[in-house]
Amino acid sequence: MSSAIADDATTLLTPKRLNHLQALEAESIAIMREAVAEFARPVMLYSIGKDSSVMLRLAQKAFYPGKIPFPLLHVDTSYKFPEMISFRDAYTKEIGAELIVHRNEEAIAAGANPYTLGTQNCCGLLKTRSLLDGLAEGGFDAAFGGARRDEEKSRAKERVYSFRDSAGQWDPKNQRPELWSLYNSRLRKGESIRVFPLSNWTELDIWLYLYAEKIPIVPLYFAQERPLIVRGGQMTLYHDGMKLLPGEEIRTEKVRMRSLGCLPCTGAMRSEADTLPKIIEELLTFRRSERENRAIDHDEEGSMEVKKREGYF
Amino acid sequence: MANDLLHTEREFQDFLDAHLGQELLRFTTAGSVDDGKSTLIGRLLHDTKSVYEDQLAAVKKSRVNRAANGHVDFSLLTDGLKAEREQGITIDVAYRYFSTSRRKFIIADTPGHEQYTRNMATGASTADVAVVLIDAKAFLREGKLLPQSRRHTYIASLLGIPHVVAAVNKMDIVGYSQETFQAIRAEFVELASRLGLKSVTTIPVSALEGDNVVTPSTNMTWYDGPTLLEFLETVPLLMNEPLGPLRFPVQLVQRPDASFRGFAGQVARGVLRAGERVRALPSGRETTVSRIVTWDGDLPVAAYPQSVTVELEDEIDLSRGEMLVAASAEEEGNLPQASRHVRAMVVWMHEEPLVVGRTYIAKHTTRTVRATVKAIRYRVDVATLEHGATRQLAMNEIAEIELETNLPLFFDPYEESRTTGSMILIDSLTNATVGAAMITGASKALDDTANGAPALVLLPGRPAIAERLREQMEAHGYRAVVIDDDLIPEESLVAVIRALDLAGVTAITSRALASDAVDGLVHAVSGFTQRGVLRGDELDDEKVLEIAGGVQ
Repeated sequence: MSSAIADDATTLLTPKRLNHLQALEAESIAIMREAVAEFARPVMLYSIGKDSSVMLRLAQKAFYPGKIPFPLLHVDTSYKFPEMISFRDAYTKEIGAELIVHRNEEAIAAGANPYTLGTQNCCGLLKTRSLLDGLAEGGFDAAFGGARRDEEKSRAKERVYSFRDSAGQWDPKNQRPELWSLYNSRLRKGESIRVFPLSNWTELDIWLYLYAEKIPIVPLYFAQERPLIVRGGQMTLYHDGMKLLPGEEIRTEKVRMRSLGCLPCTGAMRSEADTLPKIIEELLTFRRSERENRAIDHDEEGSMEVKKREGYF
Repeated sequence: MANDLLHTEREFQDFLDAHLGQELLRFTTAGSVDDGKSTLIGRLLHDTKSVYEDQLAAVKKSRVNRAANGHVDFSLLTDGLKAEREQGITIDVAYRYFSTSRRKFIIADTPGHEQYTRNMATGASTADVAVVLIDAKAFLREGKLLPQSRRHTYIASLLGIPHVVAAVNKMDIVGYSQETFQAIRAEFVELASRLGLKSVTTIPVSALEGDNVVTPSTNMTWYDGPTLLEFLETVPLLMNEPLGPLRFPVQLVQRPDASFRGFAGQVARGVLRAGERVRALPSGRETTVSRIVTWDGDLPVAAYPQSVTVELEDEIDLSRGEMLVAASAEEEGNLPQASRHVRAMVVWMHEEPLVVGRTYIAKHTTRTVRATVKAIRYRVDVATLEHGATRQLAMNEIAEIELETNLPLFFDPYEESRTTGSMILIDSLTNATVGAAMITGASKALDDTANGAPALVLLPGRPAIAERLREQMEAHGYRAVVIDDDLIPEESLVAVIRALDLAGVTAITSRALASDAVDGLVHAVSGFTQRGVLRGDELDDEKVLEIAGGVQ
């Protein structure tokens, strides 16, 4: 990617059309700069996943040679994989980013979990509620998110600037039209905008960019022998202190995570892909969508749409 | 299978290079409710293997199936929201992504329902190609193109989409009749030439059966043109932006430390070169590009649409909303137009109508201004393309209007540049995006320089006299603006006054500024204009009106 730009540039006497990753990168950088110019207090929602890693690199590029001019906010449900938390702490420190971690301590102390509450209620408390509280506490009027339109059908209708009312909610029938690259950032008190700079990226684009840019990601994305149990039809990674249900047993398989969420609700997949090129190869042979291993998207028809209306990403 | 194909590092590298080198094509689809547009997109996604098994399985087991004869209902792949699936209509713009070995595609899938013209305009605003669906069966029934098809083609032309392709659908239902196709093509081509469309193509398809969408039809051997996908994969991407004169609107000033001051932005048009002489607008100051800075290293050149940061040799004032152009632009005759009076085609997008006399907020490149509707020149009847008079504009209506802005805009006609010729209108109370405007030109040429009137009048704490002065100056044929609007931050005052001065407009302010800020302002303004500053703080009202108001 970077080398591709440099190569073009040295031979470029007349302008050449950018390749698709360069075009996407230029668009994302412009979106981030526009938001920083126009909003009083932006924040980046940092989920530690591959999309967040790309978004973070784009932010570094957008404001180079300066530092990223906004903090990162991680909504910690307490159910994140330990590898995610250690990666988060090490990487944000390495690049000198300001990190805010928000947890719904009240719900965590009360023992909120997906098994007894159901995934929808659990997400509602530990993710959506916590996210809205974290945004309100920081007084943020704009939040960058790494959502892509190719992820899920209701996300295909998202704007780059997604308007949220004072309760943080999304109304799909009442969105601001979005034309050209002219974004409407005007807000009344209490209202906010979710800004999605990766809107036009696909899952393959993300992996190609991670590879081309040599961006570090959480090791859970790479296949490795890992202890796991089968629960609710998905392979759940086993970790110390996990209570086994009757009939469950721990076994070891070579697996990796295709997307990263909470430990109990994100299934692993069998894979031999232990490098980025192998992951990209594997992706090309996939016949199943990326969110298929996320239990939370399947609890009801139109489930993502319902969550988004309530304020989730 | 890919494991077999890509088993060596070398082969994988080749694959990766091929993917990295791909171009991106954005297209939009427009069709009426029953034209089969969702089915066409579903078919494109399915036949290019862009649909995952679990998504297809969900469609197959869905309770709703509007496709007959045991066909899979491909429209369910794209109808995203619950409300739509239940009503069988598409209520908003949705974006889809797929790729082939030749190109990456972004589809802006826009509904063709009567009241959703605004959605099509939205999808069309970024598209390289428009695919307009025409229902062959409805054509046979009506004996002519449906009004919707005319509207969609008109909007495609209005939004400046370089290529328009008519996909004549449901050919299976009309017996794959060449005669029917020819009749539709003749009418479409006639419409396209009336609209001045430069590149049009007509393709007979059946989205339901798959004819000529991805694979060539065996039912229409009389057709020897490309399938829809072949067309999309091979159509040359003609774009005006990289070829035009340089336009670099400043998004953000980067000042990470005392040693660096850069101007971040996206090249909106043309090419920027290190070492090139550039002129800043509105100040007119010239300097040289010393570096084009990116995270990946300095660049010798940057072209539309690259996002870069520019460092300049001289310490000139330049801020967000201002623009860099080539220093040679003036002699080459390609400076952007600068005016506070613009004509624009507008697509109205809100229930609350556009009314003459109302003031909206307008966003143009990186500049946000107030814009008052001075007149509606005419409204376009999108079915007949006839012009008519009106005093207001309802949702989904299209008109040419005249706007007066509080600050000058630096623009090119939309026809020449979608980036520097486009603008959105925002309601200043609700903040809703209410209109999309495509600038056709200046409704008055550069405002005459007002000889005798000062560039700036300072009237701290006296808003009433500031307003009276403005009215009196206007009455005497001068142009004046009160710049007390909180849309203009204090740090931008110099830039704003300079912009107004360039357009021959007097700036009046009743802001209560700190005394060193006043001195700074007077010093800065005196640096770029001969017209002078009137400090009204020691003068009474009558004296102010006498000196500045044109009363002799």
